[in-house]
Amino acid sequence: MVFEIPHIPLGDGVEVIVEWIEQNLGFLLDLFTAIMNILISGIRDVLFLFPPVVFILIVTAIAYFIGRRDAKLAIGVAFALVLLESMRLWAISMQTLSLVLAAALVALVIAIPIGIIAAKNETLLYIIRPILDFMQTMPSFVYLIPAVIFFGLGNVPGLVATIVFAMPPPIRLTILGIQHVPKELKEVGDAFGSTPMQKLMKIEIPSAMPSIMAGVNQCIMLSLSMVVIAAMIGAPGLGYQVLAAIQRIDIGSGFEAGLGIVIIAMVLDRLTQSLTPKR
Amino acid sequence: MEEKTKIEIRDVSKVFGKNPKKVLKLLDEGLSKAEILERTGHNVGLYKLNFEIRSGEIFVIMGLSGSGKSTLLRCINRLIEPTTGEIRIDGDDVIKMKPENLRKLRRNKLGMVFQNFGLLPHRSVIDNVAYGLEVRGIEKEQRYEKALEAIENVGLKGHEDSDISQLSGGMQQRVGLARALATDPDILLMDEAFSALDPLIRSEMQDELLALQDRMQKTIVFVSHDLDEALKLGDRILLMNEGKAVQIGTAEEILTNPADDYVAKFVAGVDRSKVLLAEAVMKRPDPVISINSSLKVAVQLMKKHGISSIYVVDRNKILKGFVTIDKAIDGIKENKKIENVMSEDVHKTAPDTPLNELIPIIESHSPLAVVDEKDKLIGVVVRGSVLGALAMED
Repeated sequence: MVFEIPHIPLGDGVEVIVEWIEQNLGFLLDLFTAIMNILISGIRDVLFLFPPVVFILIVTAIAYFIGRRDAKLAIGVAFALVLLESMRLWAISMQTLSLVLAAALVALVIAIPIGIIAAKNETLLYIIRPILDFMQTMPSFVYLIPAVIFFGLGNVPGLVATIVFAMPPPIRLTILGIQHVPKELKEVGDAFGSTPMQKLMKIEIPSAMPSIMAGVNQCIMLSLSMVVIAAMIGAPGLGYQVLAAIQRIDIGSGFEAGLGIVIIAMVLDRLTQSLTPKR
Repeated sequence: MEEKTKIEIRDVSKVFGKNPKKVLKLLDEGLSKAEILERTGHNVGLYKLNFEIRSGEIFVIMGLSGSGKSTLLRCINRLIEPTTGEIRIDGDDVIKMKPENLRKLRRNKLGMVFQNFGLLPHRSVIDNVAYGLEVRGIEKEQRYEKALEAIENVGLKGHEDSDISQLSGGMQQRVGLARALATDPDILLMDEAFSALDPLIRSEMQDELLALQDRMQKTIVFVSHDLDEALKLGDRILLMNEGKAVQIGTAEEILTNPADDYVAKFVAGVDRSKVLLAEAVMKRPDPVISINSSLKVAVQLMKKHGISSIYVVDRNKILKGFVTIDKAIDGIKENKKIENVMSEDVHKTAPDTPLNELIPIIESHSPLAVVDEKDKLIGVVVRGSVLGALAMED
């Protein structure tokens, strides 16, 4: 056919790029892997510092105080965590949790500044919008392939895939929050002679806090869901147990691990939500 | 005395849009705001404004929405950049200032009060009030001290640790006022500061602003769309329409001598009795009698002018009392002096008393002597001239 649209081997191109990065930037990837491993094991060490009962008490106390001394939240959190331990899922849950926290931490440290800058810079906003769409709609499994090629099997590729997947919502919500700071408040900043940095730190960020915290919440939730999928490339934790249960058609074990994920999700969600300042 | 110029506005124009300078030329050719909007999509904010604001006065910028009054206010501290023109504060052109100097000016000389209060909801009352001091880098203890002073000044003592959301609208705007006062600026910019308040609270806040101004003597630029408010607060008023200055003057000048039909229509609904002052309707105190004269001269003067009583003044025109013709004639028979027969129980009033306060007095005591703060007789108000001035309304 004369009028056939030519085939562009885009996939081949991506493969070439990935290969080139792996061969030429290997030392950077190794450095990154080492840093991430330190982060994950550091967080895991903290989580394993206390025996489950002590840990449960600590988290319950935290829930009580950040929940504005509302006993309901604290009781719910305590009950959920006791259930986790009674299913004998504690160690494996803490592994999942350490991955989630490490991924969310890195994602937020990158996402919030990007969001703030993009909210103030039209050009950057214009550039990152399609990138964010891409990151969010590309099926999450696809990230796993280059992650494995770059970082091998284990914790770090799962972490990286999770970071990429969990970053867009906090970026978007930070942009939204900063853009929606009332004009009058920005004028207050200028009228009283604030520097741009003072205006940002004392007016814009505090005023955008509810939106930014919603982003933090979303980021943690997405991290959790991705960490489970990352079990497919060898990330340890509850996700791995789900995967194993599927392969062995072990309904009981699969249900328990699944419930464990739900419990972690709910506890993290309620805790981050009660951190959000109310208007 | 207080005629020193504080803010000078020279040829200030503002056009909103992509190509403002080009549009200015069209304006010079005489196109109207509406024509320009239709032809070019540009919005004319201000056009060729020229005036001065004096040190220590309350200068009200007044007009309907879209007249450019808020834009003009924001040009003074450059929240909005004018397209052309100069704005001088104490002689320095704000428009040419570098960012650093502009910041310094805003921190030290300018305070601003906002229509919707502009309070930071994540901060307590005192941290809101201390904001201007905080960005100046003043230590916490010192800025709290000054902030507390400002909070007391606006009558909010005891609320310094409250959340903003716990306060009523009137109290919130007091916080806004305290924040602007805390840095002790020379100039207060007030953008429809009381418009969001309900009428009773608004009137209360206006009174308090006037009381504060008596104590502090700031230069206040007050934007308002409410003519009653403008007349009450303004030492002088700038009336704006479609970005242009229509008239500048005192409340009385604008009421008694509107520059054009627009102003005349604008002021038509005003209650003149609240605005017209005693000095506007008083007559020259003629004749008067010196306290050193004889009663015979007094009687002659009264007969000549056909009046039944006469004011007695001393050499410096200080009002001492009045003499009726009956008492004067009796006094001549008994060989008395003026000071023996005069009555010291004179009904007096100050020149800046509004007519609505005079009306109940003048019903029973006409004429009324108008005296200055040293008791110097400067005029006389009679019942007829008060009623006459009020009747001009229709």
